[in-house]
Amino acid sequence: MKKWNLIVDVAECTNCNLCTLATQDEYVGNDWPGVAAEMPRHGHRWIDIKRKERGQPPLIDVAFLPVMCQHCDDAPCMKAAKGGAVTKRPDGIVIIDPVKARGQRQIVDACPFGAVFWNDEKQLPQAWPFDAHLLDAGWTEPRAATACPTGAIRALKVEDGEMASIRAREGLEELRPEAAAKPRVWYRNLYRFTKAVIAGTVAATVKGKDECVPGAKVTLRHGATVVAETETDAYGDFRFDRLDPGSGGYTLGISKAGLPDRTVEVTLGDSVTLPVIRL
Amino acid sequence: MRLSLFSLILWGLNLLFRFCAWRYPAFAARLREKSFTAQMRTADGSEGRWFRFGETFSSGAGIAPDAEVVLSFKDARIAAHLLMPPIDQQEQIDAIKDFKLKMDGPDELTSWFTRTVLLTQTMGWKYGIEQADGTMRYTSMTNGGPVFVYVRDGKILRITPIVFDDTDPQPWTIEARGKTYTPPRKTTLAPHGQNFKSIIYSPARCLYPMKRVDFDPDGERNPQNRGVSGYERISWDEALDIVANEIKRMKRTYGPGAIASSHGSHHTWGNIGYYLSANFRFMNAIGHTEVHHNPDSWEGWYWGATHHWGYSLRVGQCDSYGTVEDCLQNCDMMVFWSANPEATSGAYGAFEGTVRRQWLKNSGIKLVHIDPYFNETAQFLGGKWIAPRPTTSPALGVALAHVWIEEGLYDRDYVASHTVGFDKWRAYIMGEDDGIPKTPEWGEKETGVPAKDIRALAREWGTSRTYLGAGGWGTGHGGACRNATGIQWARVCVCLMAMQGLGKPGVNFGNLQWGTPVDFNFYFPGYAEGGMSGDMEHTAMAVQLFQRMPQLPTINTPGQKIPRLQFPEAILEGKAEGYMWDGKSIEHQFRKIVYPMPGHSKVHMLYKYGGSAIATMPDSNRWVAAYRSPELEFVVNQSIWMEGEAPFADIILPACTNFERPDISEWAGLGGYAHHGQMQLNHRVIVFQHKCIEPLGESRSDYEIFNDICKRLGLSAYFSEGMGELDWVKRQFDGSDISKAISWKEFIRRGYYVVPAERKELRAPTAFRWFWENRKKDVPEPHPLPSDYNGDYLKGLQTQSGKLEFDCSSLKRFDANDPDRPPVMRYTPAFEGIHDARFAKYPLQLLTPHPRFSFHTQGDGKDSFLNDIPDHRLLVNGHYYWIIRLNAKDADARGIKSGDLVKVHNERGAVICAAAITNRLPAGIAHGYESSANYQPLGEPGRSVDIGGCLNLLTPKKSQAKQAHAMAASAALVEIEKWDGKTEFIAEATIAEEKRAAARHAAAE
Repeated sequence: MKKWNLIVDVAECTNCNLCTLATQDEYVGNDWPGVAAEMPRHGHRWIDIKRKERGQPPLIDVAFLPVMCQHCDDAPCMKAAKGGAVTKRPDGIVIIDPVKARGQRQIVDACPFGAVFWNDEKQLPQAWPFDAHLLDAGWTEPRAATACPTGAIRALKVEDGEMASIRAREGLEELRPEAAAKPRVWYRNLYRFTKAVIAGTVAATVKGKDECVPGAKVTLRHGATVVAETETDAYGDFRFDRLDPGSGGYTLGISKAGLPDRTVEVTLGDSVTLPVIRL
Repeated sequence: MRLSLFSLILWGLNLLFRFCAWRYPAFAARLREKSFTAQMRTADGSEGRWFRFGETFSSGAGIAPDAEVVLSFKDARIAAHLLMPPIDQQEQIDAIKDFKLKMDGPDELTSWFTRTVLLTQTMGWKYGIEQADGTMRYTSMTNGGPVFVYVRDGKILRITPIVFDDTDPQPWTIEARGKTYTPPRKTTLAPHGQNFKSIIYSPARCLYPMKRVDFDPDGERNPQNRGVSGYERISWDEALDIVANEIKRMKRTYGPGAIASSHGSHHTWGNIGYYLSANFRFMNAIGHTEVHHNPDSWEGWYWGATHHWGYSLRVGQCDSYGTVEDCLQNCDMMVFWSANPEATSGAYGAFEGTVRRQWLKNSGIKLVHIDPYFNETAQFLGGKWIAPRPTTSPALGVALAHVWIEEGLYDRDYVASHTVGFDKWRAYIMGEDDGIPKTPEWGEKETGVPAKDIRALAREWGTSRTYLGAGGWGTGHGGACRNATGIQWARVCVCLMAMQGLGKPGVNFGNLQWGTPVDFNFYFPGYAEGGMSGDMEHTAMAVQLFQRMPQLPTINTPGQKIPRLQFPEAILEGKAEGYMWDGKSIEHQFRKIVYPMPGHSKVHMLYKYGGSAIATMPDSNRWVAAYRSPELEFVVNQSIWMEGEAPFADIILPACTNFERPDISEWAGLGGYAHHGQMQLNHRVIVFQHKCIEPLGESRSDYEIFNDICKRLGLSAYFSEGMGELDWVKRQFDGSDISKAISWKEFIRRGYYVVPAERKELRAPTAFRWFWENRKKDVPEPHPLPSDYNGDYLKGLQTQSGKLEFDCSSLKRFDANDPDRPPVMRYTPAFEGIHDARFAKYPLQLLTPHPRFSFHTQGDGKDSFLNDIPDHRLLVNGHYYWIIRLNAKDADARGIKSGDLVKVHNERGAVICAAAITNRLPAGIAHGYESSANYQPLGEPGRSVDIGGCLNLLTPKKSQAKQAHAMAASAALVEIEKWDGKTEFIAEATIAEEKRAAARHAAAE
């Protein structure tokens, strides 16, 4: 049985909001019986986009994380729902029944991803239903995927076994594995959102002028262990990514032929851009 | 009476009426709408037929003495020739011009009669494609891309981009560095296009004609209450009568020039309904003082770069043919300089450039982003971020040149053979003429960019084949060209590329936003070609469309103009000066505009189209004051939405959106000043814009509103040529190459046509390659004009030397001692920057670039979906506040947290925004988009804070150069503090006007 999955590539999301807007376009003012009642004009972002800035000027990066109903196979909302208000379709899509779910606020609270919204006027929990009504009518993908200009959102209808191999091949991750909800939305390059960076710049005085130092070897140690090595670029910049936030003390060793070596101690909380390191 | 061909045709028309009435109930109903007799006849009355409309339709051969409408032809032969299908539009127009074809009768009836005749042709047309669920799929076009529109029961269900089907052609492919690149077979859509349903069904729509409650055209007008007093609904007849009477009164009371016409820089899309089309035709027909636009998104390129390389017909920006292919194949490095195409969509280009920049991202080409803000393009692509202080980019450029000269990192041969005046530029750079070498250390002091980074960038650039992606288009546009040093920045960009061998493989202007290998030989007019305007002077119609789509010409008789940036001074002080935006030659920009023009009346009536001025014009509390001046006796605003300055009008005429009227257009088809704008797209898409739904409320299309006013001035037949807008749409179809590619029937059913990609061997050559190779110009653009070449036609550039000029001949001829624009580019610190004495009081440099999510004011406010984007507006205490971004250090120093309401202010204005704290800005710099749709003073306009988000209330009014008409509004000095909730604030412009009013009062005593 082929089932729907969504792949979200964090590195390709630019926060353009087209996925969100296309979803608003589809559901605001429109009632799709059995799939979703009208979305309120404001206040609901069934596909929401979270922001993460790493580092400080002038060395930073910014990533965006689209979050929507994860269509979990072991959905906490389904467990919290009464009277069969949340159901799992054979194609993997989770539907919050727009009639049966009325008044069941606990469905909102049950979602570990914050992806279920409360419609105050209708007293109804609502979430992104994967545009099931369109797929049933023969559309080949949900609107968010069509609207996405970078391919950061892709919808795949495949056997679970095939999805497992795609996950392995592309390094896909769950958003919150600790929730153990078996989501059907998979994230690529999630480290851009979850991991930390140490970045810095190496400079030196050469022939009386302040110069960037390209090609310096930079070694990152965690205790005695060498975590990573890199070289500075044309601007003397270096960066180490995929570090655990709050992982504590690191030592940076910087060396460049003809210039004195330097070591710099860093305690990593959140991502950090170091002051200019002068050799 | 003998039976001539003419008589036969008239008899046939009688039958056609009867057939249509039998076939179409709507047509039968129309025949009963009016009771009168129309006559078609020869001038001498020897032949003719009458048609009597009313409860029963009748017709007979001969002459009806009671005919109220008479359509007469010089003789039966001419009549038969003109009426025999297929109708030749050119012959019709010629017959009108030669007075062989005349129309008499009241406008209301002549207009109705000719349209009824035309309806017999159009009544049976079938539009759109029915879906399985009964929904109709129509097509339309937005400023952000073409769309499918799904409609059921007269309501728009959804709006989507267009996914091509099997019958649409395959796109182009490019081979580069061992890879094959081809774009996806669908269109993309900008957020302001995807958002459109919410602004069609918006509570801010003007649905009925309205009159300001305390405006009495025959009594007290109370102009001082504009922006404060409310409105009452009136009938269309009353509204149109007031407007038509005011037009007549102005002309009789004051003479030519008393009526000013002012439109925004954009509109809802569509070549017939566009402001350069129907609006120009109407305004020319009534005669107006033109509110003359500054080249708002080009500024520095038009007033500055032009003098180095020409390109006046591209408003100072160069062409981009072939650059996508050349860049991917040949360049090593791309410098995005004040360039954020991911946010600005290249203007109308949606996300078409995005896939190409994804190729770039994975190509190994080195990337640099120079922008005080870590912009969306930098966020997406990565690379080196260099953040000069706002307005100091020209100093950075000058310092780069210093490194190149000192270290020999430029193309000496090219400079010797392809440029003139380098010695003078070199003398300035090295400090030989002013004693100040423009070293990286000098550059660091101005720009804040470390000298070591300037040196590193100069070395990377000087040793790599580099594309300079300047501005949103890569050839300029937006960004730093719109601040106080914009002219200098555009100039230095050209000078730098002149040093690096512009035109060599891999060395050019571009950021992959423009320059795709689409078909440039397939003609479809762009909006700047003027649609149905008949205007040869202010549109590009003369280039091609005029012959393609014959129409009556229109000419505006009053020559008076107001330079737009000084509209308030023209009203409040009665005088204004500026310079022309006219690209026919480099020198056209030296022509001065002086208001008032000798022999003309000052302006006392404003016909405003939409409400964007307060949001988009600098120091816009000036507009607030101007609108409340008694000098403006009458203000009419024809607007879709009640927003911005619309509530300052005396009469509101409710216009509908382009989803509620028929039109025709090409995606990003600009024409004129942006010839072949389609080269920013992956696919050329031409769309029939269906009338998807009926106009909401009592709103009407702009075309119909103009025609309705024309009926009251006896101008209807001239304005409309007897046609409805759908007939004009068909004329545009017939006049372009699309009529040879797809049948009309299929076009209006399917709604779109994709122009097949150009064959590989026929693709346009690369920009400047001909110049580098000393060949004749071979790119497909019809400029410069033939007389602008200095020797053989097509050899060399538009400059006097035909070369890239470091020392500009045109500026030497104009004013060699102009401190603002010396013939050799020099860096002069901004009047609104860190050297300004006001910096102590207003220590934050505010950037106000083009907005990311809205299209200027379009899409913002009006209860739109965009309001829910936290990077656009933020909901605080029930109001959606505009976002202002600032660095954590600046925020901490002021006790500001994200989401706090803050007062952004200087002496010009105060705007309450929601703070967003970010590391995407260095300390000392704030960032908020220009052009909020809302102007919402929390009290008396001009004397209170604005919560709408109009940051242009804070920007400088001063022109970048005194002898130019160039806004400097994209950077301003401000202070930001937590808002204490106080609403009082008196703007400098308000104080100035109150002083003037007091002086006037004293003088009158």
